[in-house]
Amino acid sequence: MTYGRRQFIQTGLAGGLLLSFSGWLNAAGPRRFSAAEREMLGAVVNAMLEGVLPVQDRQRQPLLAQTVDGIATAVAGLSAASQQEIGELFGLLVIAPARMLLAGVGKPWREASVAEVGEFLQSWRFSRLSLLQSAYGALHDLSYGAWYGRPETWDAISYPGPPRGYF
Amino acid sequence: MEDPIKLGLAGGWKHIDASALPHSQTIDTDVVIVGTGAGGGVTADLLSAAGLRVVLIEEGPLRSSSDFNMLESEAYPELYQESAARKTADKAINILQGRCVGGSTTVNWTSSFRTPPEVFDFWQRHYGLHELSAESMSSWFAVMEQKLWVRPWDTPPNPNNALLAAGAEKLGIAVGHIKRNVKGCWNLGYCGMGCPTNAKQSMLLTTIPAALNRGATLYSRLRGERLRFDGSQVAALDCSALQPDGIHLSGRRLRFRARHFVLAAGAIGSPALLMRSSVPDPYRLLGKRTFLHPVVISSALMDDRVDAYAGAPQSIYSDHFLRQAPIDGPLGFKLETPPLHPVLYSTTLQGYGEAHARLMRDFTKVNVVLALLRDGFNPASRGGRVRLGAGRLPVLDYPLDAVIWEAARRALLAMAEIQFAAGARWVTPVHETTPGYSTWAAARKGIAELPLEPFLCRVVSAHVMGGCGMADAPQRGVVDHRGRHFWLDNLSVLDGSVFPTSLGVNPQLSIYGLVARNASLLAAELSGRPFPAIP
Repeated sequence: MTYGRRQFIQTGLAGGLLLSFSGWLNAAGPRRFSAAEREMLGAVVNAMLEGVLPVQDRQRQPLLAQTVDGIATAVAGLSAASQQEIGELFGLLVIAPARMLLAGVGKPWREASVAEVGEFLQSWRFSRLSLLQSAYGALHDLSYGAWYGRPETWDAISYPGPPRGYF
Repeated sequence: MEDPIKLGLAGGWKHIDASALPHSQTIDTDVVIVGTGAGGGVTADLLSAAGLRVVLIEEGPLRSSSDFNMLESEAYPELYQESAARKTADKAINILQGRCVGGSTTVNWTSSFRTPPEVFDFWQRHYGLHELSAESMSSWFAVMEQKLWVRPWDTPPNPNNALLAAGAEKLGIAVGHIKRNVKGCWNLGYCGMGCPTNAKQSMLLTTIPAALNRGATLYSRLRGERLRFDGSQVAALDCSALQPDGIHLSGRRLRFRARHFVLAAGAIGSPALLMRSSVPDPYRLLGKRTFLHPVVISSALMDDRVDAYAGAPQSIYSDHFLRQAPIDGPLGFKLETPPLHPVLYSTTLQGYGEAHARLMRDFTKVNVVLALLRDGFNPASRGGRVRLGAGRLPVLDYPLDAVIWEAARRALLAMAEIQFAAGARWVTPVHETTPGYSTWAAARKGIAELPLEPFLCRVVSAHVMGGCGMADAPQRGVVDHRGRHFWLDNLSVLDGSVFPTSLGVNPQLSIYGLVARNASLLAAELSGRPFPAIP
C-alpha cells in the first residue's frame, strides 16, 4: 500500500467520483455479471483466497470460476436494494479510470498480480472512507461465503461436514 | 424422519404459496397476523383456539425438516433475511434474522431465558409499564415453557461451551446452564440451519400447526405492504405477492379485510409496515429505539479439537458482566458461544489471503466466545432507527458510538482473559488490526490500545428489538402494555418490536410470554369469551 494512493482515496474528490458513477450506474438497474465483472471478481477472489487456492494456475482457474459462480448465486439471494449496491460496486470496479484511481490497480484485472490486488484490498480495508471499507467487507464476505459454502473446500480445514446417513 | 409439516399439508392444511397465485384477490377474515415468528405464531395459536378465523402472512417460504439439510449454502438464502447478510445502513453490523415460516424461531439456537426482573423494573420506572413484572408475567412464561418444552439441558455442554465454563470458573466468574426449547434433541449442532430432527419446538412445529389444525390460513411469499385506515379503524391490509425467488414482486396483490390486525413482523418489519401505512405518529417514536444486543467476538486457538460445529450451540452463559454496574450505567454484557460452521466463521473472521487461510486451517481447534452488549438502558444508548429505503423497504441506522465501544473493549478483554484461563494458546478479537496474542498479559495490553471503530471491529447481531416501544402513554410509546396501538383501535403489535429497551437475554421466551398474555387478552375481547384466568 503506498501512502500517496491511500491519501487520494481518502479525499472527498474520490468519494464524489464514486457517488457520481454510482448514480449513473443506478439508472442501468440490476443485471447479470458481465464478462468484465467476472474478470474483476476472479482477480479479487484470486487474492482473497491466496493461501487456500492451489498454486498451479491450471488447477486454480476452474476454482476461481466456480467461486465467481458462487458469488453470483449469493448476490442473487440478496435484497433488491443490496443487489443494486453490489451492482454499482462491481460496475464501478470494471471501469478502467475507477479501477486505477479508486482501487489503485494500474493493469486490467486479468493481468493484475495477487500482490497488486492484495494492495487494493488492503487499501480499502483500512480506508478512511466507510464506503470503501464496506465495499471491502462485501468482497470479503462474498468470496469466503462462496468458497467455504462448497463441501470440496472442507477437507482443508478438517471440517467433516454435517452428519449424514441416519435421517 | 417424519416431516410433520408435509403430513399436515397432505392432511388439508390451508397453505397458499402466494408466488403461485394467478390473480389478485380480496379476502375477508376475523384477524390478520403479519409475521409467523415468535409473536405471530403464539398469536395465531391463541386466537384460533378462541374460535376466530385467522390468516397468517409470511414473507419467507414454508420449509420444514425434509428441506433442512444442514448446508449453509442452502439454509442462509432460504431461511434468513437477505441470505443471513442483512446489514445496518452503513454495513457495519451484520444481522441474523429469520425469514421463513416460524421466523427466527426456525433458525435460532434455542436459548431460552425469561425477561430478567431488573428489566421489568426499568420499564416500570421509565415507561410506566406497571402491569408487567417478573411476578405478573411468571405464569405466562410458565405456560409457554411448558408448551415449548423449555427445560434444563442435561446433556454435557459441547467443548466450545465447556471452555467458556472452564475459563470463567477458573477466574471465579459465575456461569449458568442455558434452558433450551427442545424435545428429544440429537445434539447435532445445526439449529441455525433449521432443525433436521424436529426436536426444536419452534413456532414451525408447535403453534402454527395448532392454528392450521383449527382451520387458520397461512400465506407464504406474501409481503404486508400497508394498512388502510379510516379514522381510528384499520379497514384492510394490502399485500404484495413475491416471485418464487422471494425478492421480486410477482405483480399479484391481495387485500385482507378483518376485524383486527396484528403486526408481528419483527423489530425491523413491524415499524416499517406502520411507516409505509403513514399511521399517526405525532410524537415521532415509530422506528426509534431499535436495539440489537450488539455482539463482539473473541476467537481462541486451543491445543485440542473443539469442533464447535457439533453439539448444542449454546448451553453455557455468564451474566457476571451484566452485574458490575447499575443497569443504566456503562453497558453490561452477557457471554455466550456461537456454533462455528465454515461460512459463518470464515465470513466473520478478519483479514484475507494467507493470514485468513492460516486461521481457517485451525478451524476445528477454535473456541469462540460472544459478548452481547445490553443496549438501551444507559441514557446515552439510544439504539438505532428504522426508516424506509429503496422500494419502501426498511433500512436500519444504528450508530456505533462511544458508549458501545467502551463496553466492547471491556468485553473483548473479559473474553480473552477467560479464554486464556481455559487454556488457549492464542486469542484474537475479531478485529482487522489486531495481531492476536499469545498471553493474557499481551492481550490485556494490546486490546487496551485497539482502535475500536466500525468496520475495524466486527459487530454482529441476532436480536433485533424495539421500534414500536410500549409505554403507558402515547408521548412515550407506540403501543400500550397490551400491544394495542395508541391511535388505531383495531391494531396490535405483538412481537419483539414492543420492547422499550433491549433485554440482556436472548429474546425468544420474552416474546412468547408477553405475546401469550397479550394475545389471550385480545382473544377474550374479540371472541366475547371470559378473560383468561392468568392476569
